[in-house]
Amino acid sequence: MFENLALTEATYYILLSLHSPQHGYGIMQQAEALSHGRVRLAAGTLYGALNAMVDKRWIVQLPVEDGSRKKNYQITELGLSVLKQELERLRELVNNGDAILGGTNASAGAAQNGKTGAAQTTGGRNNG
Amino acid sequence: MAKTITKFRWFWVWDFDKEEKWFNEMAMNGWALVSVGFCRYTFEACEPGEYIVRLEMHGVNSSDSSYVSFMEETGAEYIGRVFQWMYFRRKSELGPFDIFSDIDSKRDHLRRINKMTLIAGLTNLVVGFLNSMNGSRLSWINLVLASVLMYASGRMKGRIDALDSERLLRE
Repeated sequence: MFENLALTEATYYILLSLHSPQHGYGIMQQAEALSHGRVRLAAGTLYGALNAMVDKRWIVQLPVEDGSRKKNYQITELGLSVLKQELERLRELVNNGDAILGGTNASAGAAQNGKTGAAQTTGGRNNG
Repeated sequence: MAKTITKFRWFWVWDFDKEEKWFNEMAMNGWALVSVGFCRYTFEACEPGEYIVRLEMHGVNSSDSSYVSFMEETGAEYIGRVFQWMYFRRKSELGPFDIFSDIDSKRDHLRRINKMTLIAGLTNLVVGFLNSMNGSRLSWINLVLASVLMYASGRMKGRIDALDSERLLRE
C-alpha cells in the first residue's frame, strides 16, 4: 500500500549504512561521512527508526557478541529491495531535474523564458 | 570531590526547551548538570561549554535500559530522570548533540508529551468532578490541575500543528 512512497533521508542513509553490519554509532558516523557532514542522525531519531525497520523486517539485529553491549544490525533481502526501489525513484528525480534545469546555462535560460527552438540562442546571448 | 551547586526551579511542561536552554547557559558558565530530582537540579563545576545537555520525554512502553545504553554508545551520559523526563549530556568536543534530527521524530516527541498531559489532565478532571459531587472541599485542586494540564496540551497541539504544516513540504 505504501510501496510507491519515498523513504525519509534518515531511512535511506540507515539502510545504506547497513549494507555491512554496523552498530548505532557506526551508522551515525557513516551517514555523516557519506553526506560530507550534512546528515547528522540524532540518537533518539536513529533509535526509533532502527526499531521501526526491525519491525518491518527491512533490517535484522545480529546476535550480541560476548563481552560487548553494542547491538549490530544488518540489512535484509527485503530491505535491499526497498533500497533499490528508492534508488530508482531518486534516479528518476535527478534525471528529470537535469533534463529541465540542468545542462548549459542557455537551455536553463530558455526553460525559464518558456521560449522554444530559435529563441534559445538569443535567450542565451541576452543572459550573457 | 568536585564542587557542586544545587538549584531549585519550577518549569511548566510546555517550557521544556526553556529548561534545556537554562542547562546549556549554566554549562557555558562552567556548571554542568550532574543530577536531577523533582524541581531540584545539581550542577558540578566544568570547563565553560564543556557539555551540551538535552532532555526528552520518554515513551512508557519502550525499554529504558536498552535506550540508555544506546545513547551511551553514542557518547552521551545519562544524568537521570524525573517521571518520564530523561536527561542526557554529551561533551561538546564530540560535535553538536541533539536527540531528534528530523521533523517526524520531533513531532512524535511532542505527541508523547501531549498524550501524557492529556491523560493526566483528564484524570484530574474526573477525580475533581467526582470529589466535588461527594462534597470534598479539596476537589478544586484537581480541577485547577486539570485546567493547567489542558492548557499545556493546547500549547503542545499548537507546536505539533506548526510542524505539520512544515512537514507538508519538507521532512
